[in-house]
Amino acid sequence: MSERLTDIGPPHYDKFLPPVVKANYGKWKYHELLEPGVLMHVGDSGDKLFSVRVGSGRLITTDFVKDVCDLADKFCDGYLRFTSRNNIEFLLSDQSKIAGLKDAIKKMGLPIGGTGHSVSNIVHTQGWIHCHTPAIDASGIVKAVMDDLFDYFGSHKLPAQVRVALACCLNMCGAVHCSDIAILGIHRTAPKVDHERLRHLCEIPTTIASCPTGAIRPHPDKSIKSVVINEPKCMYCGNCYTMCPALPCFDAEKGGVALLVGGKVSNSKTPPMFSKLAVPYLPNNPPRWPETVAAIRKILVKYAEGANKWERVGEWVERIGWEKFFEVCEIPFVFQHIDDYRWAYDTYRTSMHFKF
Amino acid sequence: MHKTPLLDQLESGPWPSFITDLKRVAGRKKSAADLLGVLERSYKDKITHWKHGGIVGVLGYGSGIIGRYIDIPEEFPGVEHFHTVRVNQPSGWFYTTKALRELCEIWDEHGSSLLNMHGSTGDIIFLGTTTPELEPCFAKLTAKGWDLGGSGSAFRSPSCCVGQARCEWACFDTMEACYELTQHMQFELHRPSYPYKYKLKLSGCPNDCVAAVARADCSVIGVWKDDIRIDQAAVKAYAGGELKPRGGATVYPKLDVKADVTDLCPTYCMSYDGKTLKIDNKNCNHCMHCISLMPQALRPGTETGAAFLLGSHAPILEGAQMSWVIVPFMPMEAPFDELKEIIVNIAEWWSEHGKNRERVGELMLRLGMRAFFQGVGLEPPAQTVRTPRANPFFFWHQEDFDAEAAGRKYIKL
Ligand code: HEM
Ligand code: HEM
Ligand code: HEM
Ligand code: HEM
Ligand code: SF4
Ligand code: SF4
Ligand code: SF4
Ligand code: SF4
Repeated sequence: MSERLTDIGPPHYDKFLPPVVKANYGKWKYHELLEPGVLMHVGDSGDKLFSVRVGSGRLITTDFVKDVCDLADKFCDGYLRFTSRNNIEFLLSDQSKIAGLKDAIKKMGLPIGGTGHSVSNIVHTQGWIHCHTPAIDASGIVKAVMDDLFDYFGSHKLPAQVRVALACCLNMCGAVHCSDIAILGIHRTAPKVDHERLRHLCEIPTTIASCPTGAIRPHPDKSIKSVVINEPKCMYCGNCYTMCPALPCFDAEKGGVALLVGGKVSNSKTPPMFSKLAVPYLPNNPPRWPETVAAIRKILVKYAEGANKWERVGEWVERIGWEKFFEVCEIPFVFQHIDDYRWAYDTYRTSMHFKF
Repeated sequence: MHKTPLLDQLESGPWPSFITDLKRVAGRKKSAADLLGVLERSYKDKITHWKHGGIVGVLGYGSGIIGRYIDIPEEFPGVEHFHTVRVNQPSGWFYTTKALRELCEIWDEHGSSLLNMHGSTGDIIFLGTTTPELEPCFAKLTAKGWDLGGSGSAFRSPSCCVGQARCEWACFDTMEACYELTQHMQFELHRPSYPYKYKLKLSGCPNDCVAAVARADCSVIGVWKDDIRIDQAAVKAYAGGELKPRGGATVYPKLDVKADVTDLCPTYCMSYDGKTLKIDNKNCNHCMHCISLMPQALRPGTETGAAFLLGSHAPILEGAQMSWVIVPFMPMEAPFDELKEIIVNIAEWWSEHGKNRERVGELMLRLGMRAFFQGVGLEPPAQTVRTPRANPFFFWHQEDFDAEAAGRKYIKL
């Protein structure tokens, strides 16, 4: 038996770079998009690298990966990469092979695009496929939304790029808080305490300590050996359920979707921005979440109509003002829109710069 | 196979269907078949059926494996145990098909054949296996040169943008820095010993394609100090419409250099008189707008490096934070000693003062920026703040009086 290997770290990337990348590493001059989804990078040397970007699910199988490998073997000498948005990029140095590759990709049923002023793939989390705190599924909503916005994936027709992300609970593994459009799963009711199970399953001090808002107290009746939840203090984060399975935080009917808009991470023109609450609640409606799909389309279309050239969603909203945003998108303004968490004051308007 | 009438509705439509994909594997893998069954049940019940936790792992590691169990194992025994294996990705997510096929072979043999390429942190996520498969799976992975990524209160697998491998804007070698730091932190990556998770992401320029500013405690973002390189002939070609705006990433056929570029420069440091593009580089704030719009005419300067920002995390507990500037510029040459030192020093300060489950950004707010800078041995640069305080509640320490006695002034008169 050979020695057990540990702490070797990932393989060095050098092993995986196509020769044209190695030869031009750090010496790229400019890039162009030959068409949506097809990038051409040109080196100081004049060498060219072509990347064909393809949308894929995030939840995939080894069968799918092997199919993708077959294409990369046939057209790309076996070289490919993935993007941070779960897209696949086929890497070629021979331009004449692009047409054949594109045909083969289409035959596999995969969309080409996700570049430039498009709606690229939706960064998302695990949802009902694997996680314990989701209010909503992840892959299913993403599929439904991308089916609807399909046209925007393979084209550059928006005023700027639009980045969409989904997180299925407010832990936000997908880091949706800086996306042009963020889809967020929300619980709206405090966990229900199952005193009988709690007594056997959970440690009371750690359960109490797990609550970020201090909403959990020991049960006043000591003989019950359980806890009570001060419901008005609860923000439905599910932390306590993580510690104690006798505190389920799910409510099949009341859980659902919130939409936040206007975030960005690039520094272009304006600094990075957080996404802000646009639609506080939409019903949790599997398998295709039609209300969510329709609300996203509406916001996207109004943005495309109203934004100036190069304006990201957040820049558009800031320019016209949130009150106008709610008006054009026909979103009723309700108490939930007004921040009342910590540091809320920052968000109140202290000027006369508003519109009617 | 279970009946899945709800999931079946996700097989139609133009976007690739994960259900169709999963069904292919469900024929040969009981776990995949049962996973579809559980998912169908969640679609019907509108709640999750996963339970949290349980400590599982490979020998000697405290991270890389995440335990998962289902709450209805009687009905779906194939996913009773369905643990995640995080495999540390190569920098930039480049692969050869040979490497991918090897990974598939290992996962076909030891797991569900389901995976994410990649998870939000950056790792390859092998989704679903049982405890007895973990060690053999790990042994096969290491034999092929792969290792596990981080999880829990550990240093998480760093990730980076494609950088100099393909992007002309990269101000440093993101992929090499990512690799170096991953190797340097192997112990911390595999043995959780921090108050909470600690993440590092590296972007080669202020476009921040891996969202470092929002998704990593330690955000390293490339920047240049000297002048934007201008090719005046190419500027003219953009003005004349021979070159397309943003390299063709838009439907706009032609750039109006004044309206689209110089008028939108946030610092008003550019001008174009129809012949020459001028940039007052001392006043440029490196936003990338002009460069992104005219990639053949403009390039970042040549005195390049990166800024180090710290503190971002998702909303729980204080509300989401983005990282803020700690070191506005550092040269970024291999082996990146300055970056390593900063990251390690910060972790030490945080480990000493942080409460359990307190991210470093929250600790900085709790103890104050002065305690932070002094704790990690850094000077505060003016770039740290967007604006200085507006309230009159500032504090003085004995050392400030000592410094005054020794001659420190607050303004030169
Ligand atoms: C209040 C505490 C906690 C919160 C808010 C929390 C939140 C999360 C989040 C955001 C994920 C990512 C899910 C995914 O990618 O699937 C997750 C997954 C996970 N966490 Fe926790 N967690 C908490 C405590 C714990 C504890 C104490 C453990 C272990 C004892 C743990 C173990 C896991 C496991 C096993 C996963 C599964 C990851 C997967 O499905 O791939 N968590 N949790
Ligand atoms: C004018 C601004 C921008 C330009 C010109 C630009 C350009 C590019 C280019 C050329 C690529 C391909 C890089 C490569 O892999 O070689 C890319 C990728 C990427 N960009 Fe940007 N970018 C811009 C802004 C942004 C912003 C604001 C974000 C995030 C909000 C962003 C997120 C990404 C991501 C995540 C990728 C990885 C590819 C993917 O998954 O689609 N970019 N960008
Ligand atoms: C012990 C508790 C936790 C565990 C085991 C855990 C696990 C995970 C996992 C598995 C991922 C990767 C998800 C993916 O690849 O799709 C992840 C990502 C993430 N988690 Fe957690 N998580 C925990 C707690 C939390 C908490 C409490 C927060 C919020 C404060 C949080 C915020 C995030 C964010 C923002 C990401 C995405 C970050 C990135 O892309 O780099 N996690 N976490
Ligand atoms: C170095 C800090 C400050 C000094 C020395 C200062 C000094 C003064 C003085 C001397 C007055 C006139 C009082 C009077 O004649 O009744 C005044 C009024 C006022 N100050 Fe300040 N101030 C400071 C900071 C601030 C700050 C930070 C704010 C608010 C952000 C503020 C808000 C006001 C307001 C609103 C008034 C008018 C009060 C009134 O008319 O009732 N001051 N301040
Ligand atoms: S966002 Fe919430 S529910 Fe979704 S995977 Fe992360 S922790 Fe789980
Ligand atoms: S859900 Fe969150 S806020 Fe509510 S009681 Fe549980 S830990 Fe506290
Ligand atoms: S962050 Fe900058 S250097 Fe890195 S890929 Fe994006 S545009 Fe290029
Ligand atoms: S990078 Fe931004 S700030 Fe600098 S000159 Fe260009 S547009 Fe102006």
